[in-house]
Amino acid sequence: MITNNVSRRDFIKIGSLSSIGLTLGFYLPAGAKDNSIEFLTAEAAENLGIELNAWISIDTSGKVTLMNHRSEMGQGSYQTVPQIIAEELEVNLDQVKILFAPGDGKKYGSQLTGGSSTVRGAYKQLMKVGASAREMLIEAAANKWTVNKLDCYAENGFIINKTSGKKFGYGELVLEASKLQPPKDVKLKEPKNYKIIRQPLPRQDTPLKTNGTAIFGLDKKLPGMLYAVVERNPRFAGKIKSFDDSEAKKVPGVRHVIPVKMSVFASLREGVAVVADTLWAATQGRKALKIEWDDTGFEHLNTEQLFSRMRDDLKKPGLSQRTGGNAEAMFAKADKKVEAVYETPYESHSCMEPLNCTAHFKGDSCEIWGPIQAPDWIQNLLSGLIGLPPEKITVNMTFLGGGFGRKAFMDYPHEAAVISKEIKAPVQVVWTREDDMTQGPFRPGAVYECKAGLSKNGNIQSFITKIAAQNMDHQWPGADKTIFNGSDVEGLPEGYFESLTHYSFSDVPTESPIPVMWWRSVYSSTNGFAYESFIDELSREAGQDPLDFRRKYLGSERYQTLINTLEEKSNWKARGKNEGWGVAITECFKTTVGEIVKVSRKADGKIKIDKVIAVMDCGWYVNPDIVKAQVEGSIIMALGAATKHETHFEDGKAVEKNFDSYKMPRINDIPEIEVHIMDNDEKPGGVGEPSLPPFSPALTNAIFDLTGKRIRKLPFLLEEV
Amino acid sequence: MATYTLQINQKAHTVEADPKMPLLWVIRDIVGLTGTKYGCGIAQCGACTVHLNGNPVRSCSLPVSVAVNKEITTIEGISENNSHPVQQAWIKEQVPQCGYCQSGQIMAATALLKKNATPDDKAIDSAMQGHICRCGTYPRIRKAIKTASQLINQKASLK
Repeated sequence: MITNNVSRRDFIKIGSLSSIGLTLGFYLPAGAKDNSIEFLTAEAAENLGIELNAWISIDTSGKVTLMNHRSEMGQGSYQTVPQIIAEELEVNLDQVKILFAPGDGKKYGSQLTGGSSTVRGAYKQLMKVGASAREMLIEAAANKWTVNKLDCYAENGFIINKTSGKKFGYGELVLEASKLQPPKDVKLKEPKNYKIIRQPLPRQDTPLKTNGTAIFGLDKKLPGMLYAVVERNPRFAGKIKSFDDSEAKKVPGVRHVIPVKMSVFASLREGVAVVADTLWAATQGRKALKIEWDDTGFEHLNTEQLFSRMRDDLKKPGLSQRTGGNAEAMFAKADKKVEAVYETPYESHSCMEPLNCTAHFKGDSCEIWGPIQAPDWIQNLLSGLIGLPPEKITVNMTFLGGGFGRKAFMDYPHEAAVISKEIKAPVQVVWTREDDMTQGPFRPGAVYECKAGLSKNGNIQSFITKIAAQNMDHQWPGADKTIFNGSDVEGLPEGYFESLTHYSFSDVPTESPIPVMWWRSVYSSTNGFAYESFIDELSREAGQDPLDFRRKYLGSERYQTLINTLEEKSNWKARGKNEGWGVAITECFKTTVGEIVKVSRKADGKIKIDKVIAVMDCGWYVNPDIVKAQVEGSIIMALGAATKHETHFEDGKAVEKNFDSYKMPRINDIPEIEVHIMDNDEKPGGVGEPSLPPFSPALTNAIFDLTGKRIRKLPFLLEEV
Repeated sequence: MATYTLQINQKAHTVEADPKMPLLWVIRDIVGLTGTKYGCGIAQCGACTVHLNGNPVRSCSLPVSVAVNKEITTIEGISENNSHPVQQAWIKEQVPQCGYCQSGQIMAATALLKKNATPDDKAIDSAMQGHICRCGTYPRIRKAIKTASQLINQKASLK
């Protein structure tokens, strides 16, 4: 299997225009909704002047090539996308070659790899494209044998004649098949007949990642490529007053020193780029720069000021997102009032591959290579910024050494393009770990005010939450700041809205110049902690079992099955007196996850996490081993954010610069993790993110169960509990 | 600038470099072996781990001048075709997610297993805790080291 980046035009050439095979894709007719896609061969599309969306191509040797329109950042789209298509196409995965599609929103639809959307957004189209190609191959074979289509079937890359037992390889049929009309309405397999989907098939990118051959952004090399590092204003919104590059230019290998600006939401981030023959020379040149910054006109906040501002903001009326009944009035006359405030910190994404991007501006066109989550966004943004039409900008995705939301942002490709344009040469811009950790955007810190009224028999009479936090949507130029952030209820299982009568969810946007952005599971990553801690507090105040309390409010069959599974797999009812058990259930990107954390005290008195049991209901899924890996990884990332790291600010600058102060979980910090996936055929939900939110509340709920101490602020040190 | 002859994966490479340039950048940007990764530059994450005379070292913090006359092994020198028992075990247990840190993890694991063919959890912790994986593949790394240990011991008993 080979990974490559090709342009669509080249691909079509490889595919059908050179008459060597069958190329099939789908497109959305103008004004059509998602479900009215049509299938076309590449030839027909070319004749009609239609641009095809994601496609497959089969050549005369029977080799199948698939375009993967989404990034691979560890979550497994590289495996799951082909696994879906291969199921309906009836081929083995070893017959399949995968190419990363370059950025092109018109052809692939949104390519943003975010919101755990790859499978849940496109699975039906992917299955249909495979099934359509299969049906065309069957028809071609039936024509050759002059038999009825129904007397033929596809298996393992062959079309087989049921009566004679004769068979054709796909390669022998592709020329005839490419002349046929794709079927209008193709029937998809019943899940019980799946052979490839639902199998824990090994990932095809694994062998590339065990011998050093996988090409990440930082591994991209071009002939004549120079390396650049940028000294950026550490105060986000600051400008350059002046700079002296005389010493920097004396460093052997340094070729250019130029000021650069890149757009970060509504402002420009200013810096000085040092471009050299080697990255090392560029970093040495950067150290020799003398820059005077202009930091007037915006606030230089520290962490304490940020959080006290958020606490003050909670006194203001919130932008109301979702309300039912009359929550405040019911709270006022509730039998028992419960109130709590929770705080979650700013965090850095800290992908293991620091940000980097390679650009080659060639005058009338520009090509970009990099670890990128949203190639089509970059194409559109750069078009305006560097003055080229979008079709003249090619954005190629490499493997991503982690993404977590950060690599959906467009600042670093912008910077690379601007530098390449200025120096008229291909350039790789590399962010050092310190740049990556201090420049943001960060996950916003948040303060949550939760209030509830309980009746005498322990039922919720009123449920009120208000968030104060920087609003991600308010950062864009011209943003309407009177609109709520659309995310107040993220993380909370939807079932609560069916069982609660009086509720109110609102937020107050907090002003700050610190850039903020999606961080794995986005608002759920912090909402989940507040809401599921509070539900747990309510269960205790009501004197009810925490799992039974949730069972009461999550009534639908799917929730009940999940809760029963959690109870059974953890042996919840058998828990001992000297153990702490905590549960949390959150919903994120249409997937519900319940986690139970077990803690105990070690002989030295310190808290130890003994085990995590996770049950995920993500509906229809593809590869159970990839799902399991995502659950394990999400829990470990959540463990870091709950007990290890936090980004502080001092005088308007990020404090933690590298892994010596921004501490990560290590192999010796990891508890046993047991994962269960619910088997059903509900619509697919996300997989890469939804297991993160329930971990921190399940942990603090377990610590409360063991110690009676309620932790309402993250992060906290396990050894200090 | 100075000229150095480096022995990398049993092949001699003559390079021109600043004596203070870390071995990592010589390997990646001058010799062109990109399997060894940059993660932190301060020996905190382990992504840049290579072997120097068989011992795991952080190439991001090791000046090139120190590596002269020593056997340097990078991930590419473990085996290109994934035939090494550690690579086999990594594939069997499906360890990598994004994969960026895995070259360093594999270099640490091969060095550990060379010294201790049957490491217990404590030995695994102490050999591997200098390596960060942001994707959280730690449970699988532990499992894969045990699988690799079995593969190595099976091979040895066959001999």
